Amino acid sequence: MRSQRGSQSLNALLQGAAVVVALCLTTIVLLISKAPPISAYANIVIGAVGTWDEISNVLVSWVPLLLVTAGLILTFTVGLWNIGIEGQIILGAIFATWALRLLQSSGLPPGIIITAGILAGMVGGALWAMLAGALKAFGGVNEIFGGLGLNFVATALNLWLIFGPWKRPGVASMSGTEPFPHELWLPTLTAQSRLSPSAVVIAVIGILVVYFLIRGTYFGLRLKAVGKNASAAYLLGVPTWQYMMVAFALCGIFAGLAGAIQVTSVYNRLIPAISSGYGYMGLMVAMLVNYQAALAAPVALFFAALNVGSIQLPIVLRLDSSLAGVLQGTLVLLVIIGQGVRQRLTKGGPG
Amino acid sequence: MSLDLLLVGLAGVLTAAAPVLFGVIGETISERAGVINLSMNGTILLTAMGGFAIALSTGNVVLGFLGGMIIGGLIALLVAFASITLRQSQVAVGFVLALLCRDLSYFLGNPIMGSTGPRLSILPIPFLRDVPMLGALLFRQDIMTYLSFILIGLAWVFIFRTRPGLMLRGIGEKPSAAYVRGANVNRLRYIYTVVGGAIAGLAGPIYSLSVKAGWKGTISGLDGIGWIVLAITIFGGWNPFRAAFGAYLFSLLQWLGLVLQPALPGVPSQVLQVAPFPLMILTLLLVNIGNAEWVERTLARLPAPARRAVAKILRAMNATPPSAMGTPFEKE
Amino acid sequence: MRVELRSIHKTFGSVHANAGISLDISSSSIQGILGENGAGKSTLMKILSGFILPDSGEIVLDGKRATIHSPADAMSHGIGMLHQDPLDFSPMKIVDNFILGRRGALFPDRKGAAREFRALASQFDFALDPDSYVDMLTVGERQQLEILRLLWFGAQVLILDEPTTGISQPQKEKLFATLKTLASRGVTIIFVSHKLEDVEYLCSQVVVFRQGELVGSASPPYQTRGLVQMMFGREVSFSGRTSGTAGGPVLSLERVCLEGVRLQIQDVTLEARAGEVIGLAGMEGSGQSIFLSACAGLTRPVAGRIGLGSMDVTGQSYHSFKRQGVVYLPAARLERGLVPGLTLTEHFVLSEGGAGFVIDRRAADNLAAERIKTFNIKGAPTSTVESLSGGNQQRMLLALLRTPLSLILLEHPTRGLDIESTMYVWTKLKERCAQGTAIVFISADLDEILQYSDRVIVFFAGRVSPPLPAGSLSVAELGELIGGKGWERLPRDTARA
Repeated sequence: MRSQRGSQSLNALLQGAAVVVALCLTTIVLLISKAPPISAYANIVIGAVGTWDEISNVLVSWVPLLLVTAGLILTFTVGLWNIGIEGQIILGAIFATWALRLLQSSGLPPGIIITAGILAGMVGGALWAMLAGALKAFGGVNEIFGGLGLNFVATALNLWLIFGPWKRPGVASMSGTEPFPHELWLPTLTAQSRLSPSAVVIAVIGILVVYFLIRGTYFGLRLKAVGKNASAAYLLGVPTWQYMMVAFALCGIFAGLAGAIQVTSVYNRLIPAISSGYGYMGLMVAMLVNYQAALAAPVALFFAALNVGSIQLPIVLRLDSSLAGVLQGTLVLLVIIGQGVRQRLTKGGPG
Repeated sequence: MSLDLLLVGLAGVLTAAAPVLFGVIGETISERAGVINLSMNGTILLTAMGGFAIALSTGNVVLGFLGGMIIGGLIALLVAFASITLRQSQVAVGFVLALLCRDLSYFLGNPIMGSTGPRLSILPIPFLRDVPMLGALLFRQDIMTYLSFILIGLAWVFIFRTRPGLMLRGIGEKPSAAYVRGANVNRLRYIYTVVGGAIAGLAGPIYSLSVKAGWKGTISGLDGIGWIVLAITIFGGWNPFRAAFGAYLFSLLQWLGLVLQPALPGVPSQVLQVAPFPLMILTLLLVNIGNAEWVERTLARLPAPARRAVAKILRAMNATPPSAMGTPFEKE
Repeated sequence: MRVELRSIHKTFGSVHANAGISLDISSSSIQGILGENGAGKSTLMKILSGFILPDSGEIVLDGKRATIHSPADAMSHGIGMLHQDPLDFSPMKIVDNFILGRRGALFPDRKGAAREFRALASQFDFALDPDSYVDMLTVGERQQLEILRLLWFGAQVLILDEPTTGISQPQKEKLFATLKTLASRGVTIIFVSHKLEDVEYLCSQVVVFRQGELVGSASPPYQTRGLVQMMFGREVSFSGRTSGTAGGPVLSLERVCLEGVRLQIQDVTLEARAGEVIGLAGMEGSGQSIFLSACAGLTRPVAGRIGLGSMDVTGQSYHSFKRQGVVYLPAARLERGLVPGLTLTEHFVLSEGGAGFVIDRRAADNLAAERIKTFNIKGAPTSTVESLSGGNQQRMLLALLRTPLSLILLEHPTRGLDIESTMYVWTKLKERCAQGTAIVFISADLDEILQYSDRVIVFFAGRVSPPLPAGSLSVAELGELIGGKGWERLPRDTARA
């Protein structure tokens, strides 16, 4: 009992230390760049919560990140490194675009069309994820390299569609496909903002679903068992390969959903950078919350706020906005190192 | 296309492949020892920026390359420390460093974006430069490209012909057997990971000081090359010659994409640029297929002579990773 | 080289693996070391070969104290060990395996090494080609390679750990001839084995280990009975062997052939009946594990039929078997049987499953509380399974069993448990028998085998004895069979080698 509480406080101590050290290191980076640290942090904060517009932008960025993190928590729970998540977002966006293009002149009510687009996106993401799973199960291809390769293929497919069959009439452009008519835009909060309340609701439901799945269902329990000890789970009767494939598919659904939302509400068309690195960022958030759904929403919000807030940096201080990424990466790195240090300390201790 | 243009184009392919080669061979050495360094994408970007920055401020290209080696080595040291001493996942640490170093490079490199800095100059080799065809192809390159040629052979000789190279293969394959033969497995893993990182650390500066001179931040086009290097490392079967084949093939396909552009007006250039990647997946699939369980099972059912023949084919095609790659070594 | 071990002590947690071992091995001799699994022989050899450090004691070589902190140290003193699974590099050629680790010039002289290899190999009549790949070799050939390598590195003490497991008869004869030649040349050989015949034939001196202590020694001519008695202890009189009344066949094997990494089991025909207990006896690696796992559907037979009740289940998966009421409990409780990180309640939920999608928390808690109480598990429902002691983990494994079951397969059910837990486990298992469940279990404890089994099957190097009624076997006879002797006297049955 005492050692459990002791280890919990050691845990909290190390997490706190990680945040502090991350801030210190980032500050050092700022100083190397001859940039004023306090001013930089202040600008990030202002840039994130200074105006309602900014706050809505943070939420816009939060939605796909949260969805992706939710899906990744499922694959991490079953013990997989789904690096192919970026490609799954892209395929979701592609399928959504395809559905919208198909139905936009069909005369169906716009609500139905948008819903069809989102559903199509979910299917697209799931299929791409299951492809990575199949490569692993039947081809022996490690899901890391299979996923990476499929990311490239998805990017290529996306570019080909944007510059080829789906190009804007006249000249193909890096700005993407022809924007969809206004009715097919997921309704936003105000005319100017890109924030769609339905998207926020979907994202929140998403993380709640994952939380509930893992904690409260037999399915989630079996996922956990496979992730922690696949051979024991097998002996206890869990069909391990099937569960891995289902986890891939579910994660793909979440990723596809994120991609579809990007297409129907944020950009209203397909663009080359449709996944915007949300996949990799989601992996980082998942690592930071130790693959537990409970803290995913606030940590993702924090990351989104950092991303949006740091857009101010080039404008105000002539610094690159990737400072956000520096802070995020340093934090995750320190948490990993902290974990390692803690394991060594507790092993070397008495008993 | 005239022959001259063709030769110039192909010579360009060799030049463009040089940084990829440094990355692949560095990663091959690290993985042969059993440590995956997934940070390659970040390493290339950070060393490109850092090397350029150093060359810019000192006016000396050599110092730029040296800086790249040091940065690459330090990143690899982090990976080694977290995975060997702290026993954390190599994949997790490498992945985070890939993203972190990329963002660091963009941030710290912001002030020098667009600056013109020293460049590596072409060093044609006297006499050889005038050899018909081959001269234009091989002997009118810069020093790093020449070094990349030599590196392939050097790496192959080291890994497959020298005594320490044999031990390198040993610790990656079965560390316990190497331990029994007197190897300090963890220390050797540290050394080879850092050496691999230092060699890979030369790739970035080649870009910023030669091929794509200067530092252009997010539009430098360097983001993503690190992941390709990792894929080519596997394709290369942890063998320098086969890896070189992969690197040159990749470069060639990219160049073909550019060249065939006018012939295929309907296809955007960006697409042709990324066309090699689906090919890479296919090959990844083929080289790994021998490892799949159902293949092994089917193989076991074949009669012995057929089994030997198929095993030989699979062995030639195969890229089986060093068996202990990714797993920490414990003495007990 | 003369090897003396003086008062070697080594403890792992609560297990005293080596309790004050003192042993004097003279040069040019072949010293045999006999003992059950877990008796402490491997630990001692790992200490001598530098893999682990003793807690106390010394090693004296040719009269001089030696400090051995690593296998490299041991090699520099001339001590080399041939492991049961030789530590070699499969994808490499023989010649590379040979030279790896040897100090020398930057560019090794492969041709010269190959020449020396061939010369050395011909001295012992080993037919090995230095250019062939190790992954194509048989176990016996890999052993030969390792012996040559150790000799080339200058080994004067050769430790062989269960060398005759998995090699053919001609290879064994060649190995023995080699060892005798080496001994005559001054090499000290330490031969660790459980095979009585081999030890009796080869060794000039034998010591016996039991439970961490050196309990006795013997010189030729050897008395098998005496050796067996030292290995397994005196006969224990057990009270009240209750024989269950057997019912209809639950598991039937018909001419089943199994192929493992190191051995083959040919042509086993067997029937396990409802309510009976069959014990599988034999040294580790003799075939019982693969046999048991085939009975569970975890290993596919290469020939023959397996039936459960009236259904033919040959080639089907473990989950298929499970649906027919079979369950397999592995020996490595935490590594293969339970999921570290999950609580006791979660394990019960996992095992029982449940209707619907959502976990019924109340029902789960009730189930957990009830099972914990019934099986007297010392642990809270919310504690994780790795915090339980070994005995409680075994109780967990039993508590997870569903009802009813037709066949329970257990791998070392009471390994590492104290007497009280052991008796508890068997009480529970016997309850199942009374309900008609058949039980097949592996154990290294001969007393346990004889006390609880109705019938016993002995395994030796892949050979399978016919089922022997437990009442007709004595500990000594069982010990002999495990050591490979006395097989000719067995009744001829369809279950044969």
